[in-house]
Amino acid sequence: MANFSKSNVPRFSVDVYQNAYLPEGGREVNAIVTVTSTGGGTTGGVPLADAAPVSTRTPGRAGPSAAVVLMVDCSGSMDYPPTKMRNARDATAAAIDTLRDGTQFAVVAGTHVAEDVYPGDGRLATADASTRARAKEALRRLSAGGGTAIGTWLRLADRLLGAAEVDIRHGILLTDGRNEHEAPEDLRAALESCAGRFTCDARGVGTDWEVKEVTAIASALLGTADIVADPTGLAADFTRMMENAMGKEVADVALRLWTPVGVEIVFVKQVAPTVADLTGRRTGAGPRAGDYPTGSWGDESRDYHVCVRVPEAGIGQEMLAARVSLILPATSGDAAPQTLSQGLVRAVWTDDMVASTSINPQVAHYTGQAELAQVIQQGLDARKSGDFDGATAKLGRAVQLASASGNADTAKLLSKVVDVVDAATGTVRLKARVADADEMTLETRSTKTVRVKK
Amino acid sequence: MSQIHEQASLPGCPGCEEPLESGDLFCGACGYDLSAVPAPPGDRPTVAITVPAPSAAGRAPAAPVEWPSASETDSSDLPAPTHRPADLPGTDSGGRPLPTADQAQGPAAVRPAAPDAVRSDRPDDGPEGASGDFELAAPDPRTAEHAAAAGATGGKVCVACRSGRVDTDGYCENCGHAQPRERDHLERELDSVAAVSDRGLRHHRNEDAFAVSSTALPDGSPAVVAIVCDGVSSATRPDEASAAAATAANEALLESLPRGTHPQQAMHEAILAASEAVNALAQEPGRAGEQDPHRHQNAPACTLVGAVMAGGLLVVGWVGDSRVYWVPADRTGPPARLTEDDSWAAQMVATGLMNEAEAYADERAHAITGWLGADAYELEPHTASFKPDRPGLVVVCTDGLWNYAEAATEMAAAVPSDAYERPLHGAQVLVGHALDGGGHDNVTVALLPFAVPSPGAGSACGTT
Ligand SMILES: [Zn+2]
Ligand SMILES: [Zn+2]
Repeated sequence: MANFSKSNVPRFSVDVYQNAYLPEGGREVNAIVTVTSTGGGTTGGVPLADAAPVSTRTPGRAGPSAAVVLMVDCSGSMDYPPTKMRNARDATAAAIDTLRDGTQFAVVAGTHVAEDVYPGDGRLATADASTRARAKEALRRLSAGGGTAIGTWLRLADRLLGAAEVDIRHGILLTDGRNEHEAPEDLRAALESCAGRFTCDARGVGTDWEVKEVTAIASALLGTADIVADPTGLAADFTRMMENAMGKEVADVALRLWTPVGVEIVFVKQVAPTVADLTGRRTGAGPRAGDYPTGSWGDESRDYHVCVRVPEAGIGQEMLAARVSLILPATSGDAAPQTLSQGLVRAVWTDDMVASTSINPQVAHYTGQAELAQVIQQGLDARKSGDFDGATAKLGRAVQLASASGNADTAKLLSKVVDVVDAATGTVRLKARVADADEMTLETRSTKTVRVKK
Repeated sequence: MSQIHEQASLPGCPGCEEPLESGDLFCGACGYDLSAVPAPPGDRPTVAITVPAPSAAGRAPAAPVEWPSASETDSSDLPAPTHRPADLPGTDSGGRPLPTADQAQGPAAVRPAAPDAVRSDRPDDGPEGASGDFELAAPDPRTAEHAAAAGATGGKVCVACRSGRVDTDGYCENCGHAQPRERDHLERELDSVAAVSDRGLRHHRNEDAFAVSSTALPDGSPAVVAIVCDGVSSATRPDEASAAAATAANEALLESLPRGTHPQQAMHEAILAASEAVNALAQEPGRAGEQDPHRHQNAPACTLVGAVMAGGLLVVGWVGDSRVYWVPADRTGPPARLTEDDSWAAQMVATGLMNEAEAYADERAHAITGWLGADAYELEPHTASFKPDRPGLVVVCTDGLWNYAEAATEMAAAVPSDAYERPLHGAQVLVGHALDGGGHDNVTVALLPFAVPSPGAGSACGTT
């Protein structure tokens, strides 16, 4: 595939896996698009000795400029047990230690209101030895008390990050409870206004928070979601998250899909490392083209499943069903967006039945992984609503899919919720007693996929 | 021979308005069947396999071909394994008889048609013409040239929707339709040989290839070469395989013939050179971005058929199921097929396990048992040498043509009467014949008018 990368951004490659052959009358074209970014994020989170540039990216060795806001839940429930607040403070301190020198940062204490406890006054600090020490000092003064209104935390993070002239804007959010002190619409509105302005990882600590709230934050802000059931695991998780954030090299990358006249987009999903439906997040980008947000990229590889419906054509015809490209938005008003790399999705009509009936292994695999995520969600919802037969059927199917695709992590999580009688047929029994943490872990991580065994 | 297309004052072709010449049975530009009832312009002729009756007494009952005996002396000092009339099937380059139904063959001489030794070259045979055409239908290859000419003034405009521009990948920026590629339709004409290759109507790309050339033997007499190859579509990169094989075989002959290598030996070596060229492709990575595991199970492969006219000899060589036919110029003698397919059906018939009707009715009939490529079981180049006693037309073609004119008499009937004088036109007509028949496969044909060197041996071309 063509690669148009420039020296100051990571090298992106696009590989398209598909069976382009359609039978007579065939219209649905499926393709797995693998996007791999290399050459950026080479620090892997290790703080650089040299200070990174503050406002503009310098081509060459220096990493991109970044700003990070840490949002720590300080609601009253964080004191039950008191170790929770202590662990949250320690974890935030560990994350601050992982900040690359020169990174701008702030700490927000979140309750029913949001307060920027460090450095304060609506500013960001620039990471170095002394600001890290002062930030950790500020953490020690945090105490639990008050409610939970996550939308206010996000809006403050947005104001702080929006003032910084940096390449990468990222948030890390920790909560231990439900978003009880604002209406669900308030959180939704906050997410809508923050989407595309910064990325955010979200973590739930303990088992008193709402999985769908935390996953919705990560999904809207193109970050990761996870559970930290045991607060002692927080520091390690925060360190990993910050390392990951520090590895990001380029932000606001969009997956652009161009389709010819008459071609209908059925769906666009990220399918690895997690399933995330992007279909509804399209923004127009010129005639017959639309952009789907993918957030920030470091050294990583993600897979997307693109499904389009093409007009019928005769045997022997060939058409371009879609052109997939990675786009970096224009940095200034008059500059054109930069195409990082692109791939072609084709359709070829043949009367060779062997060719047209074979299913591309990547497409088959990710179709299964997407179904796996869906049946886990449906199974857990059924279980909560008392529909045990439905739950058994859905979770049985999940066991079957996880087992067949080699998704060992998900299989392990499933086995804490159901007793597996026969994985191959998906025969399971619901466990009578399931720990909240196990159920929440399964739900939070249900979208995690594995890649095709090569 | 150089062809001068005299512009006659006849009305133009109903298909493309190309001026016609007296006696034309098909339009030389678009292959329009002029024997058919005129159809409205732009409408695809629906006359399938309408073969005009040969104008001469070509339908004589099949009498044995009367080949003269070969002269003992040849342009090279190598023993010349020429053939007597009774030896029409020829010998392979090892000197062994070719496997034919007529000749007793020990079973050991024929490879068993084990599944792994058989490759299908024919993904076809679906219902014909049942497709609801794409609403922005691609042009019929017979009219593609005209369409391209129409758009030529305003830069590259899509041939399908006629409104979108063509992007650098060769697709329309409006409707996405793939644009005709150079290889979709190729024509080449030299003084003494012409060839046409076409994508056909049912395949999205042309996986056939050809090479034609001429050179001179050490004594200064001319040598003419035609190579035709058919990519095995169940293997990866069949189009690259056929192109590599045709080029390599042609270059090998252009190198060895002027050195005085006996043409039959030269043909044998050319097939080996082609084989190496195709084998080498297996080591190369595929085209960037082509991720198509279904097609990546086999190394690139193709068939090869070639003909060389030199020193009064007609030498043919082949691997696979591409063929050479002989059509006497004056049509007084019967036509003949000069090659024996490396195919499942041919093998069944040769070993006496099935009769011809049974063998060709089997769905495995067209699976080939010999090919060039790294996965080839064991390369057995076949060559044969003939010494025709009269002028005739040598038809070198892929199965995309002979599927629509299998028997030698059918092929002779499809060859226009003036093909000996106008080989390019004749090749165009033959391609048109295959397209009218359904064009299920890529179609490639080279025509070599064979002239008997010694004067007085019936040198005049048949007039029709
Ligand atoms: Zn015409
Ligand atoms: Zn078009």
